[in-house]
Amino acid sequence: MSGGVDSAVAAARAVEAGHDVVGVHLALSRMPGTLRTGSRGCCTIEDSRDAWRACDVLGIPYYVWDFSERFKEDVVQDFIDEYAAGRTPNPCMRCNERIKFAALLEKAIALGFDAVCTGHYAKVIEDADGNRELHRAADWAKDQSYVLGVLTHEQLKHSMFPLADTPSKAEVRAEAERRGLSVANKPDSHDICFIPDGDTAGWLAEKIDMATGDIVDETGRKVGEHPGANAFTVGQRRGLKLGTPAADGKPRFVLEIRPKENKVVVGPEALLAIDEIRGIKVSWAGLPIAEVVTGEEFECHAQVRAHGDPVPATARMEPAADNGGSQLVVRLATPLRGVAPGQTVVLYQGSRVLGQATIDAARSLQRAEL
Amino acid sequence: MPVYLDHAATTPLSAEALAALTRELARTGNPSSLHGSGRRARRSVEDARETVAAAAGAHPSEVIFTSGGTESDNLAVKGLYWSRVGENPARRRILCSAVEHHAVLDTVEWLERHEGAEVTWLSVDADGVLDLAALQAELSREPDTIALVTVMWANNEVGTIQPIGRIVELAHAAGVPVHSDAVQAFGSLPVDFKASGLDAMSISGHKIGGPVGVGALLLGRAVKLTPVQHGGGQERDVRSGTLDTASIAAFAAAAEKVTATLGTESARIAALRDRLIAGVHELIPEAVLRGAPGNGRLPGNAHFTFPGCEGDSLLFLLDLAGVESSTGSACTAGVPRPSHVLLAMGLDEDTARGAQRFTLGHASVEADVDALLAALPDAYARARQAGMAGRESSIQTAGTIARHAQAGS
Repeated sequence: MSGGVDSAVAAARAVEAGHDVVGVHLALSRMPGTLRTGSRGCCTIEDSRDAWRACDVLGIPYYVWDFSERFKEDVVQDFIDEYAAGRTPNPCMRCNERIKFAALLEKAIALGFDAVCTGHYAKVIEDADGNRELHRAADWAKDQSYVLGVLTHEQLKHSMFPLADTPSKAEVRAEAERRGLSVANKPDSHDICFIPDGDTAGWLAEKIDMATGDIVDETGRKVGEHPGANAFTVGQRRGLKLGTPAADGKPRFVLEIRPKENKVVVGPEALLAIDEIRGIKVSWAGLPIAEVVTGEEFECHAQVRAHGDPVPATARMEPAADNGGSQLVVRLATPLRGVAPGQTVVLYQGSRVLGQATIDAARSLQRAEL
Repeated sequence: MPVYLDHAATTPLSAEALAALTRELARTGNPSSLHGSGRRARRSVEDARETVAAAAGAHPSEVIFTSGGTESDNLAVKGLYWSRVGENPARRRILCSAVEHHAVLDTVEWLERHEGAEVTWLSVDADGVLDLAALQAELSREPDTIALVTVMWANNEVGTIQPIGRIVELAHAAGVPVHSDAVQAFGSLPVDFKASGLDAMSISGHKIGGPVGVGALLLGRAVKLTPVQHGGGQERDVRSGTLDTASIAAFAAAAEKVTATLGTESARIAALRDRLIAGVHELIPEAVLRGAPGNGRLPGNAHFTFPGCEGDSLLFLLDLAGVESSTGSACTAGVPRPSHVLLAMGLDEDTARGAQRFTLGHASVEADVDALLAALPDAYARARQAGMAGRESSIQTAGTIARHAQAGS
């Protein structure tokens, strides 16, 4: 329980459904701030107290579990390493994969619990054989199935999302109010919880060695200099400070970051359109569909951001060229802008989450023809 | 009804205290007022003062009522420090045991940060007993620069009793006043303020069957103390604020009761404790009793470290089984931290994390010990399993799948 309204209402619903519920607040930092500032961050002492208060109102025990060491290694360090390697990671996803539904779940199972119940907006349903599937929440505007797309069959077996069918966040707040939960009107949290002021670039600059290098255009011609390649993200337009204007006078965007050469590649907007994605570290949310097993191509929708629109695509598992493993190849019927290695692509069929992969390469057909 | 084994945290209100409390709460009157209602209230407070003084081996004028142990500790440590520095600005050293309760420890650290105090943390041995040689060495080094010595009478976590008499002897030989936090000792051990020679001693109401929110600082008549809380000049002008007649009367009733039965009760409780300790050792041979053995510890305290367990897992599982215990140490924002007491006794952090404290009190009976011993083996086995949860997740995750695929290729 984060101390927010969603997890408080999820806990209330689980209690009401007759489960034996214990509230657990994750301590993800050994140096928690005392008070929340605005809507940022989490794990402050105030958040911990809010969660505790909610548990007291619900009449359930409350514990703080300290996962700060694992969080530091598995989420925060991973975030830094990924950026240092020129990729764009999703730390919320890593946290779900490795902390909430792994470290926490593992401890919970050892202590005799059956499941981890969270306030995520997503839905778990069982097929005729009792196998679990992950689906979008009823309220697509609040749907968080993307950040849960990384959950495996085993993790889903021990997951409960009581907010699945809630028509809207307003409903959850009204329910919290009705139940006497004081967090009913607490603002939503935003951004990355371990970067308290929201300044990701500034935070990264303190952690990663930045060296000045060249900005080149799509043909390899030097068009400017940058203070450190890792501070840039694919799709970025502002702050490039290019000395040499483009031949056509149109704005240029970051197309690619090459950490090994410490180069930032820029080019026209058209070249940002990605037609094909190759994904590694593939996992399936529940049992994989038949085509995955047979290696056939299948129709699906692909989503590359927590709050991005899914686009129609075809996908298939293919042998990876180099190491004998396999990779997921997704061909996008509608090209997507601003796709960066390190991001996660989640595949859907209707409301069902099929699985996910970490984007290793994003290909623009137009650029490939250059 | 859950089995309550956390009497060191707080212990049930005694019948005598409850009767005094309800009697006084129904009455009106400020003990500082001169009229009839005031005189009646003052009569209750002064009766209580004599009762508490008798129970603690002090003169009535040496009893300063406070809101509890924490306030008494703050008043004694800050008040003594300021008064001693006021007399001689060179006296800035505080000698403090490394195993103090946070009410003393954090007060001393605050004086260090804000008031120019120089703190020496006095070491303890593996049982948690103060190293008298270390104390002597510090005392003989420029004794004129020492403001005070503060060492608790008995430890709240591991129950170890300190050699207060010897500590006072050594400090007084060097001309240094001594404060002791006797919150855990008072009501469990024979505590005699006068005989101890202490200059100041903290006691609390709710640890002995009185209500929460009342306590006292016993302060030698000749000891000068700078007030911390200013106002109407109550309590020798050392602790201002309207006296809480009802709580003070109830505190005195509890103190009278607990000292009247101290001999028989402490023997009875010590026997229960020894059965508890023997039972835990028999069921879980690898559990280690922490703190001094036998009569070196509080009669109601049994403290163990359970290898491979996290204290809060064990606490949770025992709570689930209807047995209420404690990890014994404070937490930061609910985050369990390894106990500074156990670390000072030489334990490493991992061992210290497995701490669990069981404390008995006047309400404890044989059946409570039986219930703990019945619940403990299962709770221990599960907590150990949860504690073993290794670095590599045993749950299948996207990461483990990817690593296995790589390893296989």
